[in-house]
Amino acid sequence: MEHYISLIVQAVFVENLALAFFLGMCTFLAISKKVEAAFGLGIAVVVVLTVSVPVNNLIFNHVLREGALTWAGMPDVDLSFLGLLTYIGVIAALVQIMEMFLDKYVPALYGALGVFLPLITVNCAILGASLFMVERDYDFGESVAYGFGAGIGWALAIVVLAGIREKLKYSDVPPGLQGLGITFMTVGLMSLGFMSFSGISL
Amino acid sequence: MADLKAKEVLFGPIFNDNPIALQILGVCSALAVTTSLSVTLVMCASVIAVLCASNVSISLIRTQIPSSIRIIVQMTIIASLVIVVDQLLKAYAYEMSKQLSVFVGLIITNCIIMGRAEGFAMQHGPGMSFLDGLGNGFGYSIVLLFVAAFRELFGSGALMGVQIMPLVNEGGWYNPNGLMLLPPSAFFLIGFFIWGLRVWKTDQIEDNEFKMSAHKTREAF
Repeated sequence: MEHYISLIVQAVFVENLALAFFLGMCTFLAISKKVEAAFGLGIAVVVVLTVSVPVNNLIFNHVLREGALTWAGMPDVDLSFLGLLTYIGVIAALVQIMEMFLDKYVPALYGALGVFLPLITVNCAILGASLFMVERDYDFGESVAYGFGAGIGWALAIVVLAGIREKLKYSDVPPGLQGLGITFMTVGLMSLGFMSFSGISL
Repeated sequence: MADLKAKEVLFGPIFNDNPIALQILGVCSALAVTTSLSVTLVMCASVIAVLCASNVSISLIRTQIPSSIRIIVQMTIIASLVIVVDQLLKAYAYEMSKQLSVFVGLIITNCIIMGRAEGFAMQHGPGMSFLDGLGNGFGYSIVLLFVAAFRELFGSGALMGVQIMPLVNEGGWYNPNGLMLLPPSAFFLIGFFIWGLRVWKTDQIEDNEFKMSAHKTREAF
C-alpha cells in the first residue's frame, strides 16, 4: 500500500506531467482562462487517465510485449512496434465510450464537461502517461496508481494556473508580453515552485 | 484558394504565423527536448519529416476521406509515420532515441501535425501541402533551436557537445547556470522569444481584456 501512495505522491508533485514534463501544454495554455472550465477539464483528464493507463498496461503486457502471445502459440512474436498506434486507438475509443456512457447515465457531468471530452484525445498528457508506463515497466496495480496520480497532478496545475490568470488580467503587462507571453512566464514560475518538491519520497 | 503564393506558404509560418508563438500549437515537445542542441536537431528533423509526409499523404486522399471519420484516418496516418521514424531512430541512432524517450511517440499528439492536416492539407493540393509542412516545420524548429542553444550554452557551456566556455570545475572560468538545465528555464526563454517577436511584429500583440486607465492625481483639498 505504501508503495502505491508513494507512487501517487511522486506523480502528483515531483513528476508533474504539466510542469516537469511539459505534457498537455496546448490545452494547458488554451483552456486556463477561467477556473471553472479548467476544473472541468481537470476532472475529465483524471478520469480518462485513470482508465486508459491501466487498459494500455493490460494490452501491452498481454498482447504486444515480446513473448506475450505465448498463450496463442506464438512465443517469438514481438508486436511492441505497434504500441503507438494501439495506445492512441485505445485512448480515442475510450474517450468515445466514456462520452456515450456519460451522456446516457450521468447527463449532469456530461453537460459540465461538454466540449472538453473529445479534446482529451489529442492531449499529449494522456498518451505521454501511457508511454511512461511502458518505459518504466509498471505492473497493473502501479499503473492504476500512476494514472490516477498523474491526472491529479495535471488537474492541480491547470486549476492553479487558471486561478493566477484570472487575477493576472487586471495587471499592467508590457504590450509584447500580453496574453501568451506572460502566461509562459507564469507557468515558468509555477514550475520553479514545483521544483522544490523534488526529492520528496514516502 | 488556389492562388496561394508558394513563397508565402513556405516562409509565412516562420515569423508571421509561427506555430508555437502565435498559433499555440506543439508547445509540449518544444519545451521538453531542448536541453541540448544535438537532441533538438534530431527532434526537429523528425517533426519536419512527419509533418511533410503526413501533409502530403492526407492531401492526396483528401477527396476520398468521409468527413465524419476524418480525424481517425488522419490519426492513423500520422501514427504510422511516427512509428516509422521511431523505428528508424532506434535502428540507426539508439543513444539519441534513448534521450528523446517518449517524446518521439508524442509527435503523434503534437498539435502542429493534426492542426496543419486539418487546417491546410484537407483543402489544398499535395505540392502546396508539402511546402506548408516544410514552412511550419521550420517555424517550429527555429523556436526550438533558439531555446536549445541558450539552454546548452549557459547550462553546460557547450554547443553540440563541444565545450565553448570552459567550466569552473574543469579549471576554466565559466560557472554554469544550473537553472538552464531545469524545466522552468524553457518556459522563460519561450516567453522572452514571444516578447521579442511581438516587439518586432507589433500586429501580433494581444489586446488586454481590461485597459489600464491613465494614472490621475487629484488635489487632496
